[in-house]
Amino acid sequence: MQPFRKHTGKVAPLYRANIDTDQIIPKQFLKRIERTGFGEFLFNDWRRSADGVPDPAFVLNQPQYSGASVLVAGKNFGCGSSREHAVWALRDFGFRAVIAPSFADIFANNCVKNGVLTVALSEAEASEISSKAAENPDYKLTIDLETCSVEDGEGLSVRFQIDNFTRHCLLDGLDDIGLTLQHQAEIAAYESKHPVPPAWARG
Amino acid sequence: MTRTLFEKVWDEHVVSTPNGQQPLLYVDLHLVHEVTSPQAFEGLRVAGRKVREPLRTLATVDHNIPTEPRGTPIFDPIAKKQIETLQQNCRAFGVRLFDMDSPEQGIVHVIGPELGFTQPGMTVVCGDSHTSTHGAFGALAFGIGTSEVEHVLATQCLPQRKPKTMLIQVGGKLGEGVTAKDLALAVIGKIGTDGATGHVIEYAGEAVRALSVEGRMTLCNMSIEAGARAGMVAPDETTFAYVKGKRFAPQGADWDAAVARWRSLASDPEAKYDTVVEINAADLAPFVTWGTNPGMVVPITASVPELPANGSERTSAQRMLEYMGLQPGVPMQQIRVDRVFIGSCTNSRLEDLRAAARVAKGYKVASGVRAMVVPGSQNVKHAAEQEGLDRIFQDAGFEWRESGCSMCLGMNPDILRPGERCASTSNRNFEGRQGRGGRTHLVSPMMAAAAAIAGHFTDIRNWRFQ
Repeated sequence: MQPFRKHTGKVAPLYRANIDTDQIIPKQFLKRIERTGFGEFLFNDWRRSADGVPDPAFVLNQPQYSGASVLVAGKNFGCGSSREHAVWALRDFGFRAVIAPSFADIFANNCVKNGVLTVALSEAEASEISSKAAENPDYKLTIDLETCSVEDGEGLSVRFQIDNFTRHCLLDGLDDIGLTLQHQAEIAAYESKHPVPPAWARG
Repeated sequence: MTRTLFEKVWDEHVVSTPNGQQPLLYVDLHLVHEVTSPQAFEGLRVAGRKVREPLRTLATVDHNIPTEPRGTPIFDPIAKKQIETLQQNCRAFGVRLFDMDSPEQGIVHVIGPELGFTQPGMTVVCGDSHTSTHGAFGALAFGIGTSEVEHVLATQCLPQRKPKTMLIQVGGKLGEGVTAKDLALAVIGKIGTDGATGHVIEYAGEAVRALSVEGRMTLCNMSIEAGARAGMVAPDETTFAYVKGKRFAPQGADWDAAVARWRSLASDPEAKYDTVVEINAADLAPFVTWGTNPGMVVPITASVPELPANGSERTSAQRMLEYMGLQPGVPMQQIRVDRVFIGSCTNSRLEDLRAAARVAKGYKVASGVRAMVVPGSQNVKHAAEQEGLDRIFQDAGFEWRESGCSMCLGMNPDILRPGERCASTSNRNFEGRQGRGGRTHLVSPMMAAAAAIAGHFTDIRNWRFQ
């Protein structure tokens, strides 16, 4: 997994509440069997008409926001389906972090597995960042996971909270399957006390 | 110390609590389907890992498959490839697969319970957010992403942050025509689509006890729509009667031992929850959603709400109404429908089909309305046909299809056209969920069947059953 330590990037504002994973990556693009190639379909139904014509009003179609690597959105971002494809699409498109007042649980877990940082700020802070990015397409933020801070170099400096283990995984880009496998002996001991139900073994 | 149902199941499954890390939780049952698993199996291959416990892993195809008669070719080459990939992966890794041609194929959250895999006190995961369904048995069941699917395949464990607990206490009795689906919609309407984020909900109270296991599955299924990690109902005699005799349920002496264990799972009388919500079942009516998330819901007797005064909420509601093609103040019962979908992991079980058929019996689907019934599994389909429900539906002009997820998310050919309005028994009314530009209203199976016949939403409590 790609580590996340400190990142500076342009901010794309999409300040709507309850952006669900069906919007982030619509279901017609879930049939691929790879982890890559989803970026071009990010927010497809908002970005393009049914005929594939880009909507010039949509933020990610505006040339001044091209290259944005931080997305700022409204509360409950990533609600709905568990599809990790939503995170793959954000990452492929170039986003390294998402800022919002809150995130849906499964989406936030999926982000950690892919080195994408979710930064939960207050509604006032997230909304201020969104307004600044909307006014100034060159608006940049520096997100530092070592210090858990977000700064814009223009006076905004806020701290965010993240649980220690998640922070540690992101900073070091840890393979958490590898971590779990360090507990092989305990897993085996648990399994010897909790065998597979006989009816399942019979098939 | 007193413990809740959730805490008892959690404690029983902690394998290890490594210093500075999240507790490692053992997974009893891992359900797998074609959409969220290919990258996970590929990950195992790349790392040279195997499936740790194939006997605890159960796969089926449900999301992509057509609901035309079995044997109809899959025209979408990418969908076909995804299905074939699951077949190959199950062969290569020794995982039990209920394939397209199996008499036990079905929606993963329908077949787990009906085959007896889902049992009280278990931990159940699946790369699908509606895994919360299995909590109806007093299991701790939650949706995971594909990286976590790979994690469970490789280790049969998941590192998990311990969620908070929420008690939803539903007192009183649900009225005639008011179902588990309406209760689920009422909960989401009350606490919001993020009201239970970070929590495991336990549903309790007289109205929950009175629900069948199928009704409890409908209720737990939609926990995720309130943001919850999982939803649970303590197991009781109703639960045991449902599980008993199922093919993969405990048998003989194992059965007695299991029931004794399951009886101890209910929350202790003085157990504490982080949050408590109270609902009076007698106050509830049949519900219909009007917006583009499941929290935007009103009783059938109400109208599309007026726009909120507040800035951002007003913008959001305006956007929803524009998408839905609705105006504030329009009575819900005047809204006409083009399509009706009875199915999905929320409402495709035998009890749901019986309820809808009871409404449809002796009537015809309104002119201009296309209505389809998609049973949750081949077993449900077969059982419904034994009772003649297929005849009732078809005589009334409903299409009777093969089992799968179908138009709940429209990954297969069953989709709405732009602007079409659908009364749907599924779980999400998100923009484009059932087809780009499609307009979804979530309702119970009885309300959906009544809308098909009336051509518009109507209060099932006034229905003249034939």
